[in-house]
Amino acid sequence: MRMSAETVPVEELYRQMCRAREFEMALARLWEKGLISGEMHLGIGEEAVAAGVVAHLREGDAICLDHRSTPPLVARGVDLEALVLEMLGDPEGLCCGWGGHMHLFSREHLACSSGIVGSSAPLGLGFALASQYLETGGVAVAFFGEGAMNQGMLLESLNLAAAWRLPLVLVCKDNRWAITTRSRTVTAGNLARRARSLGVPARRVDGTRVDRVWRAARWAVERARRGRGPSFLLAHCPRREGHFLGDPMLRVYRDPLGQVLEIAPPLLRSLLARPLSRLASRVRCLGQIGATLGALGLELLLEADPLERSGRLLEPSMRARVEEEARREVEEKVMRAMERRVSRA
Amino acid sequence: MPEMTYAQAIDHALGQAMAEDPRIVVFGEDVVMLRRELYVRFGPRRVRQTPISEAAFLAMGVGAAMAGLRPVVEIMMVDFIAVAFDALLNQATKIRAFSGGKWNVPLVVRTSCGGGYGDGGQHEQCLWGLISSMPGVSVAVPSNPQDAASLMISCLQSEDPVVFMEHKLLSDYWRDYLGGGSRKTVAFDVPENGRIGKVEIPVKPFPPGKGKVVRKGEDLTMFSLGVGVHRCLEAAERLEEKGIQAEVVDLRWASPLDRELITSSAERTGRVLVVDEDYSAYGLSGEIAAVLAENGLRPAFGRLGTEGVIPYDVRREAKVLPNAARIEQAALTLASV
Repeated sequence: MRMSAETVPVEELYRQMCRAREFEMALARLWEKGLISGEMHLGIGEEAVAAGVVAHLREGDAICLDHRSTPPLVARGVDLEALVLEMLGDPEGLCCGWGGHMHLFSREHLACSSGIVGSSAPLGLGFALASQYLETGGVAVAFFGEGAMNQGMLLESLNLAAAWRLPLVLVCKDNRWAITTRSRTVTAGNLARRARSLGVPARRVDGTRVDRVWRAARWAVERARRGRGPSFLLAHCPRREGHFLGDPMLRVYRDPLGQVLEIAPPLLRSLLARPLSRLASRVRCLGQIGATLGALGLELLLEADPLERSGRLLEPSMRARVEEEARREVEEKVMRAMERRVSRA
Repeated sequence: MPEMTYAQAIDHALGQAMAEDPRIVVFGEDVVMLRRELYVRFGPRRVRQTPISEAAFLAMGVGAAMAGLRPVVEIMMVDFIAVAFDALLNQATKIRAFSGGKWNVPLVVRTSCGGGYGDGGQHEQCLWGLISSMPGVSVAVPSNPQDAASLMISCLQSEDPVVFMEHKLLSDYWRDYLGGGSRKTVAFDVPENGRIGKVEIPVKPFPPGKGKVVRKGEDLTMFSLGVGVHRCLEAAERLEEKGIQAEVVDLRWASPLDRELITSSAERTGRVLVVDEDYSAYGLSGEIAAVLAENGLRPAFGRLGTEGVIPYDVRREAKVLPNAARIEQAALTLASV
């Protein structure tokens, strides 16, 4: 059954995308100021996937997230102030300052996250099993990247979900990079076919178009809700801020001179290290590193911004209003969180 | 003797060994970028980038070692070894015994460990106690560039599985990637003597399972590893001002433990403080207590380790990980016994 474009709640979806983007940008600023510790993996580029999938969830549905967990949490309605305070390590944060950005949990939203690549899928199995067993009608959604598709536990989860017909939606955010590795260089076959071969129906979707994600996710969530078992969404989306903030590969573009001065001398020493054999091979390897950096740079230039792609679905004045409202809401929440933090400190 | 950072020293030693022994291959996630200097020097046959498939590629290292290679398998952070535990627990460490001693597994697992940069409880663990609890594996935990280089050579010469643990606070690139990220707005409590120092070239191995007295003292002995050694030295300076002479022992290896050094030092000082960044229960400190008891020693005993999950909040994290102030306090308590 095909639904017309009008039924897609584009305004609401775009609002969630803008909230997520604004929130990620606010986190980036806090991190740059040194107020957030450790790594920071932003979900900039994944907003359409988060908004399009989460829109179909209702109370009692679970989400299991990876290290880019904030966009789905924002779209799910988790309190932004609590999220900011958590990033600041505050006792009033979402997890009382214990979890931090890779380990965010909201029991009331049945939302959990993990920094262990691939682990969202088996956790999702558990939530799906509980829904099936307790007959709650709930579904579980697991978000992960294409890099996680090479983790054994994720492949095991696809099989188990299909074999037990569990109400699990597996959302693979394909941004083509596993940290500094181009995924296609370490991944065989085709991911959608991989899921299908394990008995999980799969759909590919443009992860920068929230309307398309929304339609594909409706199919997936409805299937799960009706007891027809798991499904797999392969959503292509860009990775606009590298693997994490301060990504050394991105620095090559943002501070070329500084980085080249740092990286080049030891590489030259390696090129000329004795015994000086296989020089041609060494030059090729150096070229390979250059090519990887080049591919990253090219993608940064060419990849579409999901906010651009999805924002076009709205009339310009409405789009501007939605963006402004999201900006103001996030700004206000972040400010209030900072005030609470300061007042206690 | 050239000066090197901790991270450079490790890769220098690895490069030295790879140039001598073509059986050494390196594989793991992101090694083309992380070990780009080795990649350029030794090429894609010997420095191989894997998918995020720890369970498969660590076990692949076991098989490859059985078949005659000398694999150095990188597990980016030791926390992630949980995903691949079978390869270590049930395969690598069992095969020598299962084969009646006829088949050994010369596998080096290189991994990063430790906290102090605010990354939370899933990315800052040490786990050397957990890993050392398996019979059949050695665990090296260097605290400075010279030790890092020499222990890497020792690991590469081992005929049995070894885990080489690189402390992230001492490794410039790890600390930068994971904690700093090119920011000038954050600072870490990095022991400078651990981060950078002179390294003897060519790098020679250190004997497995042998620690080193890094500071002489008569009043009590502190046993530690990795960053903990520097925290102990800092505390020992402060204790000296209070008239207490603390001996500091860098164990260098979580396994095998230097039982002789532990007993001889404890016998002399009569007081023992174990400073262990790993979890305090069921780990290194308990093992050291057992070594002392088994040798008929009953020194005054204390331990400082990580209790419970490491909090994300950097202020609480700083209190959970052993630091000089806590060590000093614990030492004063012991010294009053």
